[in-house]
Amino acid sequence: MQLLQIDFESHRRGRVVGIDLGTTNSLVAYMDGLRPKVIPAPEGGVIVPSVVSYNESGEFVVGERAREELIRRPERTVYSVKRLMGRGLEDVREELTLFPFHIAEGSESVLRLQLGERTFTPPEISAQILRQLKRNAEAYLGEPVEQAVITVPAYFNDAQRQATKDAGRIAGLEVLRLVNEPTAAALAYGLDKRRDGIVAVYDFGGGTFDISILKLHEGIFEVLATNGDTHLGGDDIDNLLLRIALEDVASEWGVDLSADSEAVQRLRRRVVAAKEQLSYARKTVIDFEYRGRRYQRELTRELLEKLILPIVDRTLACSRDCLRDAQLAPEKIDEVVLVGGSTRIPLVRSAVERLFRRRPHTELNPEEVVALGAAVQAGILAGHVEDSLLLDVTPLSLGIETMGGVVSKLIHRNSTIPASATEVFTTAVDGQTNVLIHVVQGERELARDCRSLARFELKGLEPLPAGMARIEVRFLIDANGILNVTARDLRTGKQQEVEVKPSYGLTEEQVERMIQESYERAEEDLRERQLREARLEADRILQALEKAKPHEAYFELSEEERARIEAAENELVVAYHGGDHLLIRAKIEQLNQATLRLAEMMMTTAVRQAIEGDKS
Amino acid sequence: MSHFRQTVECWQCGHPAEHSLFCRYCDSLQRPTADYFRFFGLEPRLKIDAANLEKRFYELSRLLHPDRYLRKSPTEQQYSLEATAILNDAYRVLRNPVARAEYVLRQAGVESLEPRARTLDPALLAEVFELNEALEEFRGGDRSVRPALEQARERFLAQRGEIDAGLESLFERYDESRAPNVLAEIRKLLDRRKYVQNLIEQLDRELATESTDAATSD
Repeated sequence: MQLLQIDFESHRRGRVVGIDLGTTNSLVAYMDGLRPKVIPAPEGGVIVPSVVSYNESGEFVVGERAREELIRRPERTVYSVKRLMGRGLEDVREELTLFPFHIAEGSESVLRLQLGERTFTPPEISAQILRQLKRNAEAYLGEPVEQAVITVPAYFNDAQRQATKDAGRIAGLEVLRLVNEPTAAALAYGLDKRRDGIVAVYDFGGGTFDISILKLHEGIFEVLATNGDTHLGGDDIDNLLLRIALEDVASEWGVDLSADSEAVQRLRRRVVAAKEQLSYARKTVIDFEYRGRRYQRELTRELLEKLILPIVDRTLACSRDCLRDAQLAPEKIDEVVLVGGSTRIPLVRSAVERLFRRRPHTELNPEEVVALGAAVQAGILAGHVEDSLLLDVTPLSLGIETMGGVVSKLIHRNSTIPASATEVFTTAVDGQTNVLIHVVQGERELARDCRSLARFELKGLEPLPAGMARIEVRFLIDANGILNVTARDLRTGKQQEVEVKPSYGLTEEQVERMIQESYERAEEDLRERQLREARLEADRILQALEKAKPHEAYFELSEEERARIEAAENELVVAYHGGDHLLIRAKIEQLNQATLRLAEMMMTTAVRQAIEGDKS
Repeated sequence: MSHFRQTVECWQCGHPAEHSLFCRYCDSLQRPTADYFRFFGLEPRLKIDAANLEKRFYELSRLLHPDRYLRKSPTEQQYSLEATAILNDAYRVLRNPVARAEYVLRQAGVESLEPRARTLDPALLAEVFELNEALEEFRGGDRSVRPALEQARERFLAQRGEIDAGLESLFERYDESRAPNVLAEIRKLLDRRKYVQNLIEQLDRELATESTDAATSD
C-alpha cells in the first residue's frame, strides 16, 4: 500500500501554475518559493490579450499578435470569447449585435464560431489562450507544465464552469481547481497585507462583475457571500461609447460603418483609448481616421460618468445584495480590495468608497492580483503553502423542477462548498422504468425563469407499481462549484445509473474528441520540432566536417577511414532530406563514430601546436 | 437515523475504525458518518456554543478539505469530498437555531403539521386576513396603507421575537429532560414561526420595491 501512496505523490509532484483566464486579458503565475510571481510573455509584458486568430495556413495566433489580426482579419479573429462560455444560442443573441462573433450554422445544440473555413466551440478557442499561457510558462520555467488552477468569475454558473474546465483539458492541462476570481484576489491580498478581518472584493473586469465578502481568520479565507453579473464589464462601457461614435460618424459622414468590421474594430480601439485616458485626464479626444476621412469628438470625464452611471449603479445594487446576504452593515467591512481594469475609473472608485465608507485598497496591481491568487491556490494544492485554506460558496441556488414548473430548492446560494443535498424520487406510473430530473440554477420561483443546468435520467428501474420505487438522489457541488449527481435504489441499496444531458455545453464524448484532436495536433507539433532539432544538429556536424577536411589530420587517416566518413556523410545528407528525425539522429551518431579518430588527431595536433607555440 | 454500532474496518489497513474520521492505526481518512452532531463530536443538544462550533468547523475544514487531499489516493480524495460536504451541510444546519431544531425533530421522526389556517390561532388568522386586504390596496397603488403595513411588520417581528424566546426555553427543557412531549411543543412553535417568517418576508419584498423606487429618484 505504501508503494501506491508514493506513486501518487510522485505522479503529482509537477509544477502547478495559476491562470487568470480573463475576458480581455489573461495571465499566468507561479509560486516562486513562498511568493506568487507573474510569468512574462516572450514578446514582453505579462499580459496576454484574450484574442485568438486562426490564419489561412491553419495556425492559431494568440495574444498581442492576434490583436493586430482583429483589424486585418476580423472574420478569422475572436475576442471576449469568455462571454460565450457555457452559453446557448438564445442567451447570446443580444451580444451578437455588439460583438463581431460569427456564429456558425447549426449552433442550436452547441454554440460554434466560424473562423475562416473552420468552426470552433468557445472552449476550444479558450483552450488556445490556455495553451499559449502554458507555453509561456514552460519556456520561462524550463520544465513541462501540466497542471493548473484556473480562475472563473464567482458568479459563473455550472455550465460556464464546466466549459472552462473543458477548455483546460483541451489545452492539455489538468485543471486541479477552479477558483473564483474575487476569492483568488483576496488570497493574494490576505497573504500580503492582512491576516484577520472582513474583506470585500469588488471585481469589475472586462466582461464580468463580482462582489465577494470574506472573513479572514488565521489563514482561513471564508467566503460569506458573493454576488455579481457575468455580463457586466468594461466591454459594456466600450459598446456604449462605440454606439455613440458610430451614430456620430453616420450623421457626419452619411455612412453607416456598423457592418464594416474593420472600421468598427479601428473605431473601438480609439474609443477604448479615450475611455482609458479619462481615468487620468479630465477630457480627451476620440480621434478616428478611416479611408481618408476623419472624425473627432471631445469627450469629458463628466460626460463619460453620466453615461456609465447606470452601469456603476448595477454593480452597487449587486454589492448591497451581497452585504444583505452576508448579514453585514457596510461599516462592518474592514477593507475593500479593488480588482479588474474597470476599477481604474475614478467614478467606480468613488462609488465604492461611498458605499463601504472607506477608501479601497489599490496598491496591488488590479490586473495581476487574480493570477497571483491563483498561483497561491496552486501552492496550497501542491502542499507548498500550508497554513492557508479557501472556503468558497456556490453563487446560485440549485433546485429541481417539480409539479407545475415550480422550483424546489435543494442547495441555497452562498452555501459553503462542497455542499450536498439528497432527495428521494419515486415513479408516477405503474411499471415506470426511468425518471427524469430537471436541475436548474437560479433564485426564481419558476423553472423557466432559472437557468436550466441538465436533465438527469435515472434508468433501468425495476418495474413496480406507481410510487413504490424509492430512489435516493444525491446532489453534490464540489470544490470547483460543479454539480455531481449520484443515485441509489433504497430498496436494493444498489447504485443507480444516471445519464446526464447537459442543457448547454459539451457532452463528455465531445470533450474527449476535442482532446484527442488536440493531442494529434500536439503530436504533429512535437514531431516537427524534433525534426527541426535533428536537422540543426546534422547541420552542425556536417559543417564541422567541411572545416576538418582541409586539415592535415584528415590526410593522415587511412584510405579506409576516409571512405567510412564519406559514406556516413552521404547517408546523413540523404536522411536530412527525409522526414524521420530518428533516422537523422542515427546517421549523426554513425558519422560521429566514423570521425572519432579524426577528432582525436585534430585535438592532439591542436595541443601540440599550442605547446610548440608556447615554446617559441 | 439508527445509532447502533457497526463494526467498520479501515479501508486502508483493515484495523477496526470505530466511526472516527481518521484511522488511529494508519491515519488515513475514513468514510464519513452522516450524523451532524457526531460529525462535530458533539452531544445532540438543542443549545450550542456558537463560538466553539465555529472553531471546530475551522479545525475540521483544515483536516478534511479536498484542497488537502489532491496528492492522496483516489479513495481518500473521494472521502474528503464527501466528508467536507457533510461538514459544510452540518455547520450550516447546526449554527442556525431553527435549522438545528428542525434537524433534531426530523431525526426524532417528529413531522411538520403543515401549518394551514385550521391549525393557527384565530387571532393571527384575523390579522393575516386584514393584512392581505391592505396588501391588495397597496399593490393597487394606495400608498396611504403603507404605515399600516409597516406597523403590521413590526407586530410580526415582535411575535417572532416571542416565539424565539419560547423556543429558547423549550430547547433548554428538552436538553435536560429529553422528553418527547417537549419536542412536540417545539414542533408547534416552529410551524408557527415559519408562518410568521413568511409574512415578514412577503412584507419586506412589497415594502422594498416601493422604497427603491424612491431612492432612485433622489
